[in-house]
This record gives sequence, structure tokens and C-alpha cells, in this order.
Amino acid sequence: MTARPVLQQADITRALTRIAHEILESSRGSGDLVLLGIPTRGVVLAERITRTLNEIEPGSAAWGALDVTMYRDDLSRNPTRTPSPTSIPAGGIDGRTVVLVDDVLYSGRTIRAALDAINDIGRPRVVRLAALVDRGHRELPIRADFVGKNLPSSKDERIFVRLAEVDGGEDEVAIA
Amino acid sequence: MTAFQITGAVLPDGTSTDLFVQDGVFVDVAPTGATRIDAAGLQALPGLVDLHTHLREPGFEQSETVLTGTRAAAAGGFTAVFAMANTMPVSDTAGVVEQVKALGDLHNYATVRPIGAVTVGLEGQRLSEIGAMAQSRAQVRVFSDDGKCVSDALLMRRALEYVKTFGGVIAQHSQEPRLTEGAQMNEGVLSGELGLAGWPAVAEEAIIARDVLLAQHVGARLHVCHVSTAGSVDVIRWAKARGIDVTAEVTPHHLLLTEQLVAGYDARFKVNPPLRRDEDVHALRAGLADGTIDIVATDHAPHPAESKECAWDEASFGMVGLESALNVVIASVVESGQLDYADVARVLSTAPARIGLLDGYAEPFAVGAPAHLTLVDTAARSIFGTEHLHGKSTNSPYLGRELPGRVVTTVHGGTATVLDGVLVDAAEVARG
Amino acid sequence: MKHLLSTRDLSRDQAIAILDLAEDMAAAQTREVKKLPALRGKTVVNLFFEDSTRTKISFEAAAKRLSADVISFAAKGSSVSKGESLKDTAQTLAAIGADGVVIRHGSSGAPRTLATSGWIDAGIVNAGDGTHEHPTQGLLDAYTMRKRIHGDASRGRALDGVRVAIVGDILHSRVARSNVWLLETLGAEVTLVAPGTLLPVGIDTWPVTTLFDLDEAIAARPDVLMMLRIQSERMNAAFFPNAREYSRQWGLDDERLARLPEGSLVMHPGPMNRGLEISSAAADSARSTVIEQVANGVSIRMAVLFMLLTGGTE
Repeated sequence: MTARPVLQQADITRALTRIAHEILESSRGSGDLVLLGIPTRGVVLAERITRTLNEIEPGSAAWGALDVTMYRDDLSRNPTRTPSPTSIPAGGIDGRTVVLVDDVLYSGRTIRAALDAINDIGRPRVVRLAALVDRGHRELPIRADFVGKNLPSSKDERIFVRLAEVDGGEDEVAIA
Repeated sequence: MTAFQITGAVLPDGTSTDLFVQDGVFVDVAPTGATRIDAAGLQALPGLVDLHTHLREPGFEQSETVLTGTRAAAAGGFTAVFAMANTMPVSDTAGVVEQVKALGDLHNYATVRPIGAVTVGLEGQRLSEIGAMAQSRAQVRVFSDDGKCVSDALLMRRALEYVKTFGGVIAQHSQEPRLTEGAQMNEGVLSGELGLAGWPAVAEEAIIARDVLLAQHVGARLHVCHVSTAGSVDVIRWAKARGIDVTAEVTPHHLLLTEQLVAGYDARFKVNPPLRRDEDVHALRAGLADGTIDIVATDHAPHPAESKECAWDEASFGMVGLESALNVVIASVVESGQLDYADVARVLSTAPARIGLLDGYAEPFAVGAPAHLTLVDTAARSIFGTEHLHGKSTNSPYLGRELPGRVVTTVHGGTATVLDGVLVDAAEVARG
Repeated sequence: MKHLLSTRDLSRDQAIAILDLAEDMAAAQTREVKKLPALRGKTVVNLFFEDSTRTKISFEAAAKRLSADVISFAAKGSSVSKGESLKDTAQTLAAIGADGVVIRHGSSGAPRTLATSGWIDAGIVNAGDGTHEHPTQGLLDAYTMRKRIHGDASRGRALDGVRVAIVGDILHSRVARSNVWLLETLGAEVTLVAPGTLLPVGIDTWPVTTLFDLDEAIAARPDVLMMLRIQSERMNAAFFPNAREYSRQWGLDDERLARLPEGSLVMHPGPMNRGLEISSAAADSARSTVIEQVANGVSIRMAVLFMLLTGGTE
């Protein structure tokens, strides 16, 4: 079982830059962007995209982390999970544009849990979703607003995402 | 069946022989029409005598009756049991002890010698009618408040002096009540960790020390029930060295089990006196081997399931032990090489009979002596289970444990009570 | 982890994991919506055979904050006071479908009996059994110490090198036992202070230093001074002559409070006998953690319930 790379480091950087521009374009310069990454790699992506956003339009965005462990629908089915910290940037999320950021969008259940978590934290004006990879096979009516790459896959295949901050080495997305 | 021809049995001294039983006694020739029992490879022992059993009748028949208790005894190789007095009503009058003896005679599984209470109602205040009980049909010779201690020093002195009048002996449950209020288990490191109130060894040793000195002072005989600590063994050894007339018993469970078993809070291991340390087990075995402790007595204490299936504090104290006594003695002191079967015959039969002044056990297997015997397969090993229990209660600490030995045959006064490892039917045993 | 019966059973990693999880639970308590849906649909029964207000309320709050359904059962006036056995009560709860049982009982070992009996399949949390253990109290005490000492950098840390003195009726205290085992596991150094009558036989085998003199303990500059309640309901008078002598010898009065190092914490599991083992000034001082111990108790109990009631088979 060897993994076949589908995105190299340069591809990923370009995709994230494009996503940042798309976010800015769709928000029409509202300047109230909050990017919440879903641990673990979503947080890294949220931070990177935020940096890019602030380079293009300074002060337009803040980032944080949103742990969704408590809101999962499979807590009794799997071994006990350890949550990661949730950190919401100063200013909160009420009335702001929240962009959820995750590395891979698959069944949609994680995002469903994230929406419930957001609900208990505050009331954003609008919630969007950015995913580095959309691999299809949605089990809930959820779609990403910003996608790095559409990667049709079969259910037996696995997607591997490597990001320098978490995994060391070069960024890569591979499928096996 | 009153005639038996038992071939190839190994006697306690190790010699192999044939035994013949007719009309309730041993005879020296094979009787005509005798039932043959092949005892090849089996150890013959004189019928075992338990100086400390709780038959619970009258008053606690939900736990045990004279019938079920003596059936359990027979299954364990016993042909005589001394029944403790903490019944309801208490065995402190001639009437109650005669009733208990009569029930034993009626069922005929074992000879039942009732023990009389030292004090009225076991309350430790006034002496009971010791004379009346001694002269009753029950011919009581052993007196005990077991369950409770005769803790008042003056009352114990009077009891020791008075019982001399009737040739009896006081059997003391040694437990200083003020040091053991609310006690649950041996006091030590483990009790401190488990949060269970402790039963310190000194509460037993201090009473034994006092009692042996009292016995010496008034020239009386004393018997110490269920010795459980190394310190107690030392005190008794000291007393015997000074010529004090004291005898002592140890239970099978105190020869094998330690307080570590309490750590899971399983109330099957709750007993009074409590299970103690390794050092105590070793001292008790050594004491039994060197004669400081004279006998093994079971302290068979049946309890209904609901009084053991609960939190430790709420559970009753006690374990059943008639059916497992011989197995545990083999597992603890015979397999360690400290006792041989001649010693086993002594500590489980001739010595308890002598202490309790029970006739018919002084010369085992002698021609003309009553035919009390048990045949044991000492090589057998099995997992002890509820199928081995024949009393009414199942509160045994050995369930699930592998034990050596199996009683194959028990004969009580010429009547077979156990044949081929199976209890003989009550109607047949009663007929004799 | 199926049951929490004692702190003795917890490894260092397990203990730190619980403390870290409690940090997450505490964070959720600062939001506007304090509830988390993690235990939605689960039933938690509070089975309290002994009187308790604070612990029962704390567990109730913890279970409800995780969206569990809570049923509280108090011994007084219940079938238990009419003689129903632990076994029958447990089987009744099993029939009702309890997923978790929080039990406080007067008999040491009752939670373990419940957990190993086979009468009920639920996760069992020991909320105090006789004089044996009170593990969530030990955990919330450790959490409180850790939070005060390491602040925001608490996550992943233990209590290595922290010097804790526990004062009072050690013999009858399940809080003391739970604290001793857990603090040792977390690397703290523990000193126990009590008169000879209130120390259990075999204390020399415990991983602690023992002192009879509270002033000596304070002079050793402990980081934490934990005062235990003197429990009149558990004792007869022969443990010490009277309350006045006890207070004079082992009470944290204002004079001793002044000698305690500035940064040292004053802790008490509650309820307090103000004026007996602890003065009002000590209880109300900035160094006292008594109130936050209560809040931390909810977070710890949320963490424990989460760990026991989620996590099915692999």
C-alpha cells in the first residue's frame, strides 16, 4: 500500500492563497472575519489562511481553534476521546463572519458537530466552510464554500495530509 | 447395613490392613454377609470430631439445622460435632441442650454433643445452670459463650472454678470487647488503607494471657477457641511450659488464608476472629505441629446469602467449614510436611474427643471400640464448588479454589453416612 | 476506564488526563451556554446513602452540564431506610437503565462491591465510601493546587515537588487517603499532622512524613496547608480530650495563618467548623481556595463522568 501524492507543497500553498482571495471576495471587505480551525490540522490551515488574508488586507481576519469532541455523534461508539483546547479570538463570534477550516471534508459529521459547538458559543452573522480537500461521500447535507482540491475517492481509500507545523518535513496530500 | 468388610485401608500409622465392622463396633473377623468396601489406596482415619460447630438450631433454621449440619459434617468425614450455644433460645438450660442432642440422635449422621452457655443468654452477667446441663441427658461437658467473650475477669474466674465441680471445661472466645468495638478485619497496614475498623491482635492475646493465669490460679482447665495470632501461640506455649492445664484449637481457614483476601471487600472472607497476616498463618502451623495447639476445629458458621451479598460492614461474620476442613488441613500442614496422617488423626479426632470428654475415640480401630471411621482419597484434587457443600448455606471462602482430598466413606457407629463419596439417604441413616 | 473507585488505581498519565480534561470542562463553564451535549441521552443516578449537600449538588450540576438526565436518590425516607438491600437497589436501577451510578455509602468498599457484583452494568463513581476514599475530592484538590501554582501553563503538568501538609483526623478521613495516594502519584511531598490517636496503625508504611506538631509543619514552609474537618459524628470522645484542646494544638488560627508563607495555599474540603479547625480569617483569606474548590469540583466531576460514560467498545 503506497500512497500516491496528489498535492505537493507548492500546490497546497497556491490553493490556500486562492482560498484566501475567495474568502475576501465573498465577504466584500466586511473586515469581521474569524477563521476557526478544527483540530488538529484545520487549526494550522486557519492560521496560514489568516496570515495571507492580513497580508492582502491588513486587519481583516483573526483565527482560533474550535474543538468539536463534545459535540460528536459517535461518543459512545468509539474509545474515549481527548479534546483539544478551543480558543476564540478576542471579540468573539457574535455578528461576525465565521469561516470553519478543516483539512479534509468527508461525511460532514465533523462540520455538523462544529455548527452545534458554534451555536453554544455565540451567534455569528454567517458561517462558511473552507476545506483543503473535498473527497465526497457526504452523509449529511453539508457543502464547502471554499475548496482547495476536489478529490473523488472510493470509501476504501485513505487520504493522508501532512503539514509542516504538525508532521514536519514538506506539506503533502496523498491518497492510498 | 451394619456389617462391613473394608479391605486394603492405610491406617494413620501408614500400615495397610483390613477392617471389619459389625453391630456398630470393630470386630476382628469378617462378618458374614458383610458389605465389601475396597479401600485400596485410601487413607483410613478415625471418625473426625469437631469441637466447634454452629448448628444454628433452634432459632436460626434458615441458615442450618441439626439435620443439614450433621449431613455436612458426615460429608467432611466427621462422626461427632460439638454444637455451640448461640442458638435462639440460647443453650443455657437443660431443656434446650436435651432438644439439640435428641435431634442429633434422631438423624444419626453424627453424634451431637451440645455445648452449654457459660452465662445466661450469653449476656456475660450471671452464670447459667451449668450443673443442670451437665446432669441432663445431654451430659454437657464443654461450656462456651462463643460468639462473645466472657470478658469480665471475675465472672471468668467463677466460671473456671464452678465448672470443675462437674468435670467440665470452659472454651473461651478470646476477644476484649472494648478494643474491638465495630471491628471488621485484622488491624494493620491493610485495614488502615481499606478504611475498615481494625481488630487488633492484642485484643485476643490479652484475654488469653489473663485466662491462662486465672486457670493456673484456681487450678482449672481452660480451652482456647480459634487461636488466630502468632502472639497467642506464644502465650499458650509459655503457659504449657509452666504446666498450666490449657488446650487450644485452630480453624482450617486460619491455617491457609490471610487478610489479603479482604482487599476486594468480598464478605465471604469476613470472619471472627479475622483472617490475619502471613506470619500468623506460619506461627499457627508451627504451633499445631509442635503441639502448642492441640486440635483443629472448624467453627462452621452458616449464614444466608443476603447476609454476605452486601457491603462489608453490613455482612455477618463466619464461614462454613465442615465439608472442607480435611481438604484444607491437607493443603496447609500435611502437604508442607509439618503433619503426617497420624498427627491428623490426633488433631482432628482423638484429641478433640479427649478435650470434650467424648467416649469411644480413645482407641481408634480397636476391636470392640465403636465403629467411627472415614476413608479419604488423599491424592484426589478438585475445584471446590457448591456441589461439595451439603449444609443449607454456601458461605465458603474456598469456592473456586483447588483443594486436595476427597472423603469416600464415612461410618458413624457402624452406620454408613457416606458411601462412594455420596451422602447416604436420611431415612436409611436414621434407621441405623 | 469503566469505574472510578479510588485514586490509588490511577496512574500518573490517567490522573493528568483527568485534570487536563477538567480544564476543558472549566473553559466551557465560562461561556454563555454552559451545557455540552456529550452525555445527551445518558442517565446518571446519584445514589446517596449518607447525607451530603455539596457533593450531591456538585455531581448533579456536572451531569446536567453534560446534558445527562439525573436522578437523585437519598437514603432517608427511601426504601433503603425500610431495609432494602444494596443488591435490590442496584438491580432496580439497572432495570431503569442507569448508565452511571454515583454512590456515597457509609461502608468502606460498598462502591467496589457494587462494581464487581454483577448486579448492575453501569459505570460506578465513588463519591465517598466510609473511611476509605473520596476520589473526586482528591482530584479536585489536586486540580486546585495545580491551577493556583501553574496557572495557565497547567495543562500536562503534575505536582512534582509541591509540599503539601494535611492536618486533622487522618484515621477516619477518606479525603486524606484519596489525597495521599494521588499526590504521591503526581510527585508531591506529603506531610500528615495529627495527634497519635488520629493516625492509623501502619502509617509508617505510607509514602508520607508524619508530625504531631502543627507549628513544626508550618515552620517547614509547605506550599499547601489542607485542614480536615473534625467529624464529631464519627468519633467518641476518647480521641482527644475536648474541642478546645484540639483547636489549640491543631487548629489553623490567625496566629498560625500569619506564620504561613505568603504564597502558601489554605485548603479545606468542607464543610468547615469555623473556629475549630480553621479560623474565619483563614477561611476567608485570599490564600484560601475553599470557594474555588467547589467550582473545580464541578469541572472535575464533569471530566470523570465524560470519561466513564463515553467510550464504547472498540
